[in-house]
Amino acid sequence: MLGRLTIDALPFYSWVAMGGAAVTVLGALAVMAVITWLGAWRYLWREWLTSVDHKRIGIMYIVLALVMLLRGFVDAIMMRAQQAVALNSQGYLPADHFDQIFSSHGTIMIFFVAMPFMSGLMNLIIPLQIGARDVSFPYMNSLSLWLNAAGAALVLVSLVIGKFSTAGWSAYPPYSGIEYSPGVGVDYWSFAVLISGVGSTMTGINFIATIFKKRAPGMTLMRMPLFTWTVLTSSVLVVFAFPALTVSAALLEMDRMLGMHFFTNADGGNMMMFANLFWIWGHPEVYILILPAFGVFSHVVTTFSGKRLFGYTSLVYATTAIGILSFIVWLHHFFTMGSSANVNAFFGIMTMIIAVPTGVKVFDWLFTMYRGRIEFHSPMLWTLGFMATFVIGGMSGVLLALPPVDYLMHNTTFLVAHFHNMIIPGVLFGYLAGYQFWFPKAFGFRLNEQWGKRSFWCWIIGFYLAFMPLYVLGLLGMPRRMEHYTIAEWQPHLIVAAVGACVILLGILCLAVQLIVSIRQRDQARDLSGDPWLGRTLEWSTSSPPPVYNFAIIPRVDERDAFQEMKENGIAYERPDKYEDIYLPKNSPVGIIVGGFAFMFGFAMVWHIWWLAIACALVIVMALMVLSSEDDNEYCLTAKEVEQIENARYRDLAKAPRIILPESEEIVPGAPIQGTVR
Amino acid sequence: MNAGHSTASEGGASLPIDGRDEKAFGFWVYLMSDAIIFALLFATYIVLVENTAGGPGGKELFSLSRVFTETMLLLASSATFGMATVAMVSGDRSGVVRWLLVTFILGAAFVAMELNEFAGMIAAGAGPDRSGFLSAFFVLVGTHGLHVSAGLIGIVFMCVQVVTKGLTVPVASRLYRLGLFWHFLDIVWIAIFSVVYLPGVLDG
Repeated sequence: MLGRLTIDALPFYSWVAMGGAAVTVLGALAVMAVITWLGAWRYLWREWLTSVDHKRIGIMYIVLALVMLLRGFVDAIMMRAQQAVALNSQGYLPADHFDQIFSSHGTIMIFFVAMPFMSGLMNLIIPLQIGARDVSFPYMNSLSLWLNAAGAALVLVSLVIGKFSTAGWSAYPPYSGIEYSPGVGVDYWSFAVLISGVGSTMTGINFIATIFKKRAPGMTLMRMPLFTWTVLTSSVLVVFAFPALTVSAALLEMDRMLGMHFFTNADGGNMMMFANLFWIWGHPEVYILILPAFGVFSHVVTTFSGKRLFGYTSLVYATTAIGILSFIVWLHHFFTMGSSANVNAFFGIMTMIIAVPTGVKVFDWLFTMYRGRIEFHSPMLWTLGFMATFVIGGMSGVLLALPPVDYLMHNTTFLVAHFHNMIIPGVLFGYLAGYQFWFPKAFGFRLNEQWGKRSFWCWIIGFYLAFMPLYVLGLLGMPRRMEHYTIAEWQPHLIVAAVGACVILLGILCLAVQLIVSIRQRDQARDLSGDPWLGRTLEWSTSSPPPVYNFAIIPRVDERDAFQEMKENGIAYERPDKYEDIYLPKNSPVGIIVGGFAFMFGFAMVWHIWWLAIACALVIVMALMVLSSEDDNEYCLTAKEVEQIENARYRDLAKAPRIILPESEEIVPGAPIQGTVR
Repeated sequence: MNAGHSTASEGGASLPIDGRDEKAFGFWVYLMSDAIIFALLFATYIVLVENTAGGPGGKELFSLSRVFTETMLLLASSATFGMATVAMVSGDRSGVVRWLLVTFILGAAFVAMELNEFAGMIAAGAGPDRSGFLSAFFVLVGTHGLHVSAGLIGIVFMCVQVVTKGLTVPVASRLYRLGLFWHFLDIVWIAIFSVVYLPGVLDG
């Protein structure tokens, strides 16, 4: 009846695991209690959970990412604490538990922090930036969100019921095979990854279609804002790379569940094929995450330098070149597989070449800043921190791209330092910059500057403290993922790294305080103009938050920085002669229903509860049939209603303070405080 | 109601099916991603094809005459789906349903033959758990078979819609995309025929 699920699945094996389970369960109960106490269930269901509005979906993605960031960070600080004390002792974590923690840390940070954060930012901004009313497929968009959430929920549940994988976030066989990992951990990993991967693929398809088909008239490809370009490239990578993840995880499950021999030791399996398939996805994935962050940086740099972007064309070509090259470097993740020298040389050279377009980008941003009026708002600080730090990570990457060097460094903490040195500044700083930059657009008030800056300084100092020692440790020969060790020389470095993790914790706390303070003081930081930073692209031309239809009249685009141009020509806030009826998609519960059943399907597969899995699959198929045969899923916002909303917008605009546009002396509505220079 | 969603076209008037519209474009992108799945399964098959682990290989297992019949069934079903599309464009509702049913029968016969082949192999001790080669074979060919089965469900589903709703613009647009899917599976099958069965029979 319940497959292999028994009472033993509860985490009685260690008090730490029990504590983690308790926090997870109590956290969920506390959130539900608060919602009930506020009487907000109906509101939440109607306005958010069933919403197909890209802006709300974007916000929900980011909430998911931030919650999972907390969980992933708890894993990180637990590992740092363990390694700081585990010299010649077992530390406080049993080996099996430590292994689960590093596996879930990687899985969560990549799949359930970085991916949803990226999807969130692109959902929030892309339609606004290209002058569209929504994405191409709003229902599929809601489906994507809830499939991602279902995957995240599976990882969270593994903390309470059963154990998570101990095979690392990349789940290499043969260790992840049934022979060496007979428990449910690897199954949790693969179903979480498979279910959320389907969601991500659909997001990729959706945004390719949106960007190709829904741009405002006049916005040619070479007039697209850079964030749109990077999201387009990243979406193309998603569509081409995620199938590889699906295939590798699915074949691994075939081995585990049906006794097949794709990656087994015996009977004709080939375990290195898993590494190949996995990294055919895994390397593009790095760029899937990092390219949109590059887009954010491009916008932040231009806005806070008060200049147009230097080398737009070269940035576009660099972006697409990185996109293509990202597919022919995957083997550098396992030079030690033992390919011939020529194969390793090819992939090593390709890896070095990919640093060239990335270098082009860094120079473009530097030249954009050159002789600009730079304002050090917190998004700009994250960007500057990224540029300095990312270059160091890039250089250690070029070092690792040399196969002979890689033979020495492979599987050491040098590698751990390298990829954190790419992902934390490159991805996380980028998304946090985007979060600080676009927050006023989403909610209508700005985030507190001071706490933003404090958070930045904690993050960057914490980062250097936590990861520079790992470079040294790698050179000293410390393997990654060590639960305890006997070499006294390593310990001081590990203690510094643990201190660094604590400083990063302060950075996360600052982000939380910033959010609370900003909500409390929102009336002083209202963004009445919709254009708090004197932005250059179309998303800033709408009110903050934008109306549900984004644009009452679809704008016409004649230049790259469309909104900047409108402001300079004095036509930015012109009232149209008349408004028209607008058709918008109705909300739908199908997304969250499918997400819920996908979660149960995954859970049933993990525990071999076959009847439940079949039932869930049937419900999902039927729900999708209902959704796909729906003909009348739009509602009409009449011209009159649109006019009312727009009138309110113009009243706010009239109240907004006036700012002198530096380049053209034009006077436009802006935000009350504009830093120090303007 | 959106103007584009209510224009029903009955009896003769041609339907404005545009292969470049937003939904068709999105579907093409999905097909590309699905094609990558098949490409990777083909790559996996080619890597594992020699790994028979002492078990039977393609030469012992594959029957060219059976595969030839399967191929003909699937190719014919693509042609009949084409006829359904022609009927759709000329607004011939009963013609659409008739040709879709023929397509369904051909597709179902294909799936039945494939299941029969699988059952025979498993009964002979050549199931997917026998060797790396057989795992790769079953998953590659089986994934295609699953796609065809999903297409069969889609055909029934579209028949119901054509009968109950008529050839409205959204129904026609869905039928057009199902057609893309069906022809795509035909192309994948030709690749399976040339990469799996033909070399298997020739030199196994």
